[in-house]
Amino acid sequence: FQLLKSQSPLHLCNYYSFPTCKHYSLNQNPNNPLSSFIFFTSLIKSNQTPMARRSLPILKQLLHGQHPPLSRSVTYMPRPGDGAPRTVTLIPGDGIGPLVTGAVEQVMEAMHAPIFFEKFEVHGDMKTIPTEVLESIRKNKVCLKGGLNTPMGGGVSSLNVQLRKELDLYASLVNCINFPGLVTRHENVDIVVIRENTEGEYAGLEHEVVPGVVESLKVITKFCSERIAKYAFEYAYLNNRKTVTAVHKANIMKLADGLFLESCREIASKYPSIKYNEIIVDNCCMQLVSKPEQFDVMVTPNLYGNLVANTAAGIAGGTGVMPGGNVGADHAVFEQGASAGNVGKQKFVERKTANPVALLLSSAMMLRHLQFPSFADRLENSVKHVILEGKYRTKDLGGNSTTQEVVDAVIANLG
Amino acid sequence: VITKFCSERIAKYAFEYAHLNNRKTVTAVHKANIMKLADGLFLESCREIAKSYPEIKYNEIIVDNCCMQLVSKPEQFDVMVTPNLYGNLVANTAAGIAGGTGVMPGGNVGVEYAIFEQGASAGNVGKPKLVEKKKANPVALLLSSAMMLRHLELPEFADRLESAVKRVIKEGKYRTKDLGGTSTTQEVTDAVISAL
Repeated sequence: FQLLKSQSPLHLCNYYSFPTCKHYSLNQNPNNPLSSFIFFTSLIKSNQTPMARRSLPILKQLLHGQHPPLSRSVTYMPRPGDGAPRTVTLIPGDGIGPLVTGAVEQVMEAMHAPIFFEKFEVHGDMKTIPTEVLESIRKNKVCLKGGLNTPMGGGVSSLNVQLRKELDLYASLVNCINFPGLVTRHENVDIVVIRENTEGEYAGLEHEVVPGVVESLKVITKFCSERIAKYAFEYAYLNNRKTVTAVHKANIMKLADGLFLESCREIASKYPSIKYNEIIVDNCCMQLVSKPEQFDVMVTPNLYGNLVANTAAGIAGGTGVMPGGNVGADHAVFEQGASAGNVGKQKFVERKTANPVALLLSSAMMLRHLQFPSFADRLENSVKHVILEGKYRTKDLGGNSTTQEVVDAVIANLG
Repeated sequence: VITKFCSERIAKYAFEYAHLNNRKTVTAVHKANIMKLADGLFLESCREIAKSYPEIKYNEIIVDNCCMQLVSKPEQFDVMVTPNLYGNLVANTAAGIAGGTGVMPGGNVGVEYAIFEQGASAGNVGKPKLVEKKKANPVALLLSSAMMLRHLELPEFADRLESAVKRVIKEGKYRTKDLGGTSTTQEVTDAVISAL
């Protein structure tokens, strides 16, 4: 990796382990290949290594539109042994979880992806996550999971939150994007919501002062605010995003959200090429439903992020199709992006009509994270093709296919 | 801080409002799966009050699911009772969906006093350029003042005002910028007066 990094900046970005690094795809904007072409030729011309020189004619061919829009023609060069299967912890979970993780397993099988799943049964009514599961995730570093049911009330804390805290997965990312073929009220929506995952209103610190009065603590720390702001700006920088918007309510919670804002501003000053602005969360919600095109990357504390992510997901097509994941310094857990309703309705489980698209796209993010970009591209293109065709859609997208039919369509479309 | 006292009285107000205004459903918005004690207390209070109003349907929804349902199927909601922060966000989202914060009426009411103001004022006092060009949308405050007239028990005036405002909106000739038109505040006001 270090050797390749010094030789060829053209392939440098292929090795970043950020979930949706768009630098992978030379054809990220098939309608405007000029932008990608200029970017890459400037890289190539600045570095006259043999590898870079060989890439130029291929790029020229791309510019003249000889290639179909949805394929990668410049392959990256793996290190010997990169094809060895990687182990990934798999937690099917509750409700629609087993259904959609089963879909992912089938598709991985069909692609012959170098992924080996280690399945563990975890259910929402367990008191804590079993230690063997945590050990497996710590060993494999990557996990894919379905939702875990959280009982309301009572004293049991949510297992989803517990998992994030144990592994310190401090950044949660949801990419809310319009899919071609899926008509929604707004177009050109492409919002990435980066949400602080460990503190804020979800610190779980509540107590009953006297019977009938409950205090709940919202904790904001400079440390956590800084690292989530750093992640958001780094993500924007690496994925060629233009704007980062901080969502807050600092006019009311002056100290808490004020601290969050100060941290964001500090980090923003280190990235002068990225525009930074701030928006109050209630105004943000209203702008999301009237003009969502204005937003690009949004960085938020815990609770606002949850609501903003679900609202944005609903706008762009529903929570059944948005990919997402949680990442920390050492581990990453990929799951359905914005899972409002947690584990889905019971009838989706019974009739087996849960939408597998979100988890399939999240597993594509996982494949890029594990540095298998061409498998990720194949999977994503296939899923997008199925959505574009529109023949196999589950009920939340307006069709009446079952999960299995969508999975079969995706497998049939794998290139 | 969530107290039983405050949760009960807001739940009582919500059910009473639904009862008096012939509304069918009251939905409680919460995040009790995460904030079990705080929002759990809120929910318990709502459930208790719901028992005294058997003819009104009562259901609960988690706030993130609620936001998503609002942007995909807002027709399912009727009256929603929420704690403070969620209410702010849900109100602004719902106002944005139904036409924007420039037209939604609202008010604040207590046991003894009532203050009527623009319903969901996201952005607080509006942009300075709207002030300079005098293009602020007066519809929201006009409708809120109609609510005020009803509160003062002058329903005929309230009805006249509301019908006039709705007619002006329906005709569509005099609309301020946030509704897609180019009129000034004064033009809209004149239109409302002539429609009385």
